[in-house]
This record gives sequence, structure tokens and C-alpha cells, in this order.
Amino acid sequence: MRVTLKVRRYNPEAPHPRPYWQEYSLEVEQSATVLDALLRIREEVDESLALRCSCRSAICGSCAMRINGQATLACKTRLAAVAGQDGVLTVEPMGNLPVVKDLVVDMAPHWQKVRAVEAWLQPTGPEPEGEYLVPNEAMLHLAEVMNCIMCGACVSDCTVLEVDPTFLGPAALAKAYRFVADPRDGATKERLGKYTAPGGVWDCTRCFACVEVCPKGVAPMERIMALRERAIAAGYTDTYGARHTLAFAELVEHSGRLDELRLPLKTFGYTNVPQLVGLLPVAVRALARRKAPSPFHKPIPGVAAFRRTVRRARQASPTAGKQATGGSR
Amino acid sequence: MGDRGIQQGYDVLVIGAGLAGMRAALAAHRQGARVAVMSKVHPVRSHSNAAQGGINAALTDRGDSWEDHAYDTVKGSDWLGDQDAIEVMCQEAGQEIIGLEHMGVIFNRDERGRLGARAFGGQRRARSFFVADITGQAILHVMYEQILKAGVPILEEWFCTDLIVEDGRCVGCVALEIRTGRVEAIPARTVVLATGGLGRVFEPSTNALICTGDGLTLAYRAGAPLMDMEMVQYHPTTLKGSGVLITEGARGEGAYLLNKHGERFMARYAPKMMELASRDVVSRAEMTEILEGRGVDGCVLLDCRHLGEKRIRERLSQIYDIARDYAGVDITREPIPIRPGMHYQMGGIKTDVWGRCWDPTGRWQGVEGLFAAGECACVSVHGANRLGANSLLDTLVFGRRAGETAARWAQERPLPSVNFPHWRQRREEGIRSLLAREVNADSIARIRWEMGTTMDSFLGVFRDREGIERALHTLRGLRERYERVGVRDKGRTFNTALLFALELDFMLECAEAIAISALTRTESRGAHFRRDYPQRDDVHWLKHILLYRNPNGEFPRIAYLPVTITRWPPQERSY
Repeated sequence: MRVTLKVRRYNPEAPHPRPYWQEYSLEVEQSATVLDALLRIREEVDESLALRCSCRSAICGSCAMRINGQATLACKTRLAAVAGQDGVLTVEPMGNLPVVKDLVVDMAPHWQKVRAVEAWLQPTGPEPEGEYLVPNEAMLHLAEVMNCIMCGACVSDCTVLEVDPTFLGPAALAKAYRFVADPRDGATKERLGKYTAPGGVWDCTRCFACVEVCPKGVAPMERIMALRERAIAAGYTDTYGARHTLAFAELVEHSGRLDELRLPLKTFGYTNVPQLVGLLPVAVRALARRKAPSPFHKPIPGVAAFRRTVRRARQASPTAGKQATGGSR
Repeated sequence: MGDRGIQQGYDVLVIGAGLAGMRAALAAHRQGARVAVMSKVHPVRSHSNAAQGGINAALTDRGDSWEDHAYDTVKGSDWLGDQDAIEVMCQEAGQEIIGLEHMGVIFNRDERGRLGARAFGGQRRARSFFVADITGQAILHVMYEQILKAGVPILEEWFCTDLIVEDGRCVGCVALEIRTGRVEAIPARTVVLATGGLGRVFEPSTNALICTGDGLTLAYRAGAPLMDMEMVQYHPTTLKGSGVLITEGARGEGAYLLNKHGERFMARYAPKMMELASRDVVSRAEMTEILEGRGVDGCVLLDCRHLGEKRIRERLSQIYDIARDYAGVDITREPIPIRPGMHYQMGGIKTDVWGRCWDPTGRWQGVEGLFAAGECACVSVHGANRLGANSLLDTLVFGRRAGETAARWAQERPLPSVNFPHWRQRREEGIRSLLAREVNADSIARIRWEMGTTMDSFLGVFRDREGIERALHTLRGLRERYERVGVRDKGRTFNTALLFALELDFMLECAEAIAISALTRTESRGAHFRRDYPQRDDVHWLKHILLYRNPNGEFPRIAYLPVTITRWPPQERSY
């Protein structure tokens, strides 16, 4: 099989450093991975091509990069699966992180965030003499998150980090969840407080990019959602994110559809003048395009039946029930 | 990062940030020492990740005893392991496992919520504690968390090029910052080498590309002896071609080994333990099947089908993925073709049970202030063959001991006056001249490949004098080619071509040491099987081989040390 790798290169030591594309064409076996091809290029064609790699079996997390625009592990990606009909594929460094050289990025911003979420067990009280006794199910559940190899693929393709580098990001928050969900950790309340601060769980836009690109099935976004639920259940309802969620549910329950005018008022608070003034340009643009919500919000027909359905759903789901308690406060 | 630290130096400088290195750093930190960890990769990229199956410990409240674990280890080592060291490791295993659990490792549990164990090869009891089949990764990441918590500085992506030795004492190291290409001499009262194995000296190997024997050569060149270098473990279950590892946990869970007739051939080699005989025994059995024409395309088959999908998904999920991604096999439906592949180096830098690379009683010579732990070291607990799930234990027990001892030793011994800039300058010039060397038709990659395939051909599962001598001859030729080969990337920023050149220098040194030791040991013991000397010979060879490097690059000096026997005299070894 003949493939052509279009590799995004960058050499900071060049006289006028700027990224450029370089093409490498080579004959490969049907089973070869993108990493196999890159290693052959480095060994036989161009020794100066810089990339990180080590284990070749998707456990060390070194070789995350963008292949055809999406972050993944080069060692886990078969060429046959990504090369187009013409045999061409693109290989670029990860996004959202500064490029050092060619496919090597500086992951320091990410490691900073791992530190920031205090990614270590904080038990309370004296340690038991033997092991902590915990159910196997709790450990198996944590093992799913522990599968994370910190390759950074989710960081690379996170759409929030693209616009806001202060976001803790999917990998660090998934790691944070691992401690919140660990029955041995004693700092759950403090952690949830920290993770709901600006830059935390409420900044996720639920775009699913991290779930899609994660090569280890960690599903970071789902962990972030779990952190949100636990934070609300723990009483952290006084954040924009939590209020937005609760107001959303309350408004929909009330009239059977979303009251878009009251949602920001409830999220930010009726008396929060600076934030509401900040929203004025949006309101003006909406008016100009005739997209402003009507100030006279009407319930849908049959709203009583809808409310009964919502109540039954709440009773059936314990976490949703906790949200309801939070909302009524 | 850490520039002020680099100038001022450290009490304990740990080189390598896998399990042994981070455990050592943590122990030294708890002793109050000023400690830093240096690694050529980020700590969580280390090869400890790859240990899939488990970590051994005999927990007394489970009815197990450390003596049983120790006996299995002694027998596994084919009586070449030092029994005082094995006793230390097995006695301290329990506390180490519980310590890991307290740090946050998410071990699988039994129905009562206690740590759950699985069976591993060469052992009469299930005593391998595990996290699914990501045990190494799960422990490595937790150890990294503990390093973060302790605030130990990490010199990330620094490659150590030289140990600084003055008057027989190690006082720091010279290292290259990969990202910038700058060279620094870093003062340290003690240095702990925890650089891992040398797998890439062989081709193929289960080892990661970073396992290039750096620490072994650093110590060897600094004047410390390498011990039992001929003892190279071939793992029975690796994928053909890439050499990617399939955990022993698969056989621990009950998988079968089959030949082309569908026969469980281990019945003929190890009727009692079958697939769970020790690794050297299983690897030899497989090679015999393959060489005698009962293999399938150069392989035998590992069959997991009867384990059922649920058990496979829950306890062997990574193997399921690896077989699918790298062999195109669904292990719930078909057997995987596997073969023995280079996996682990039992030999290494000679240390005592405190991690010291010198002997205060003078039985052997070494380098003061230098410590080693983990795969690069040879205590020796693995002797001629390592048991599965003993390597993680080795890294943790002896990593901790090395870290603690180094911290205490450093306290009373300030640095002598040393001309650090001179050491820095010497390496800087070496790198400059390497980069300035003219490019010829040869390449680092080609030399590396020829070294690896030579080692696999002549120093693999079966060896003999003729083959080893041919390998030595080839290696000498490769060394000459290495001295002339050019590096095609002339920059200093993340120059991996330069890095590979420096690593190859280290690997060639390791390869030669392995071949010379293998030539010297004229018997068969554990992983070292000589066709021309097929018997174990306790009369002449119940002893360790120590190699001292000859500074002129000539044949090394060979010395011997008796094996320490405490309570288990040599017996016949059958499984």
C-alpha cells in the first residue's frame, strides 16, 4: 500500500521560523500504523523529523498528534483506516498547546492544571493498619478513569480551551473526578468547591470532542457532567453554571418550554446589573434580527400533564431528585 | 525549570522517573533531603507503565507466608538470586503494597472489599495484586501524584550523558536538556540510577523505545561493575514482528498455549505447572515447538476463548485491545499467534540491599555515592530468571531503600570541591564534534537495527560459543561504524537524531557486556541456555559474574562473587 503523509513541520531554529507542510511518500504494509510510517521516515528519509513516542502500544501516551485534523495516538492508528483513496493523510502537532518543534508540543500548561486540581489522594483521619475496605465495583468504576494515560488528545481538541486557555480542561477534570469518586478520599467537598470555580466544570460546553478523540475510552466530558451533578448535590448551587442548569429545569418545568428572557435573569440574578448590562449588546442584536424572545411567555397546551411527567421522572432518578432539592432552595 | 536547583545541586539526584526512581525520590524527600528527579521523558511516559499483570506480595492475613514467596523466587532464579536480598524483598512486600493502596492505587478487590489476587507463573499461590491489566500504569500514575504532592522538582526531558566521579565518589552528573539542547553539570551529593532496562539492545523486544540501558552504561563507565549481564529474559507471549507484550496475566487467568495440532504442549515440558511454569521454561518450550516444526508461521497460539467474554472484558481488557489493534485478532473468538520475545534484563549494576553501588566491606569495588534500583540494578533478587509480578515489587522495595539510604548518606557528606564547568565543557565539545561530523552513507538507525537483530539471533533463548563469538565480532564492527557515522539533524532543539546517537553509544556498550558474560558462563541456568553446555553446573557456576569496564575499551576485567545462600540450598528445578 502506498501512502503519502503530509506532515506539519516547524523548526524554531530556522532563519525565519514558520510552520510548513512536507510530504513523504512510502510503501507500507497493510497493517502498519501511522507511528510505523513516521518512524520509518525518521530512520530512512529525514532524521530531523521530531516527534515523541515510546511504548508503541497505546500505554505511555507520548505520541498524541492530529491525524487528518483529529487528535489521536499515532501508534494506535492504522494507516489503512486514515489514508484517503489517494493514500494521503495529514499529520500535525496537537492543538491548544505551543509547538516546540515539528510534532512535539509543550505540555507544561496541561501539567500545571493537573497540579491545580490537586490530583492526589487526600484521605481523612489516620490510615488503617491494612488496606481500606472498599467494594470492587467502586474500584472497577475508577479503573475506567484510571485508564487515562494523559496523552493530551482531549486537551488538543477541546473547543473551550481553544477560546479560553484558563479552562482546566477535560483531562485534568477527568482526573479530578477520579478523586471525588474515590471512597477513600476525604476532601470531596473542598474539591467540588474548587472545581466549580470559574475555569472549572461549568465552562465545558458539552461538545463531545473529548469523548470522541480519547483513545482510551475515558469519556472526560461524562466525568465533568458527573462532577456537576455531585457539586449541585453537595450544595454548590451558587455559581452561574449551577444556577443556569437549575433555572433551565425550573423554567421548562413551569411552562413546558424554555423562557429565554428569564433564563439569563435567573442565572445572573435580577439585581446583577453589571452582568446584565453586559448582555445588552446581545439583546440589541437579537432585537435587530427579530430573534428576541417575547416578554409574554406562554405555557404550552397541556402543561399540567407535562409537569406530572417531570415529577415522575424526578422520583425515578435519585440524582435528578437532588438537583430538584437544590433548585428549590 | 529548576534552574536554581541545578546550579546549587541536590542531596539526592534521581535519574529516571519510573517506579523505582519516583519511589526513591519520595523516600529521600520524606527523609528531609533536597531531592530532584531527572528523566529523559515525562514521568508518566516511563516504561513501568507496561507492567500489566500485577505485583507480588505474600500477605499473612490471607494465609500466605513470605517464606513461600521467597522460595518460589529462589527457585525461579534457578538459585542464582542472592537469598538475603530475596528475603528482604519478600518480607517488605506486604507493607509496600499496603502503602501503595494508601497512596491511592485502585487495586481490584475480593468480595469482602480486601485486595484481590490472581495467579502468576512459577508460583504455587495466587499472590499477584492487580489493577485490571493496567497495574503498572495505575501505580506509576499514583506515584507521580505523590511526587506532585510532595513538590519534588522534576527535570523533565533531560538526558543524562555522564556521571561525575572524582576520587572514587559520584558527585553529580552531566545532562542534556532535550528541548533546548543545552548541557549542564549538576552537582549532587548522591546519585540514584533508576533508568530502567536495555530492551532495545535486542530487536524485536517488548520494551519501549526509551529502554536503551542508559544507566547501565553510565555506571559501567563510571567504574561500577555490571553483574550477571548474560541473564536476559525472553517473555513467552509477545506478538510476532512488533514484539508487543501479552501479559502473563492471560495465562494466570487460565489461557492455554497450543501448537499447530491444537495440543497443550506444556504438558510435555512442565506437567505440574503447565502454562504457568516459569518464563524461561515456557519460552524454551515454545521455541522447541517452533524449531521442531509444530509452530504456526513461526509462532505458537495463545488461546483465551474458553475464559468467556465477560472475564476477558473485565480482567484482560487491554489485551483484548492490543490483540485487536496490533494483531487484528478478537481474542474472544480466535487464538493469538505469539512467540518468545526479549523482555527483561535480570542483570545490571551491582548493588547491595541498600541500593549502594559500592561495598563498604570491600568484597567488590564500586563507586561511592552512587545508588541504583529497579531494572537497571542487580541486587540480585531475580538471579537467572525473574518471576512475573516480581519486577514491580523490586522497583518499589529497592527504590525506597536506595532513596532512604542515599538521603542519610548524603547528610553527612558535603560535596568536595569539583571542577563542574570542566565536566560540562567536555561533554559539550563531544556533542559539538558529533554534530559536526560529516554524514556518510551509514545511519544510526541501521547500526541499531543490526545490533538488535544480531543480539536476538545469537543471544536469545538458545546460545552457543560460536554464535556468541560471531555476535561479539559483529558488535566490534558496529562500534567502528558508530565512531564514523554522522547525525543528519544539526540543530539543538529537540534533536532526537542526536539523542538516538547518544543512546546507541550506551546500547553498544550493554550489548557487548551481555555477550561477554554469556560467553563466560559455560553452563545453562535459568534464562541463559548454552546448547554447548546444556546442564546447570553448581560446582563451578553457583556464582555471579562481575564485569569491570576497561577504560581503554579493551576486554573488560571479569570477577566473581559467590551467591548468598541463607536457607534454600540448590535443588533440581522442575515445574
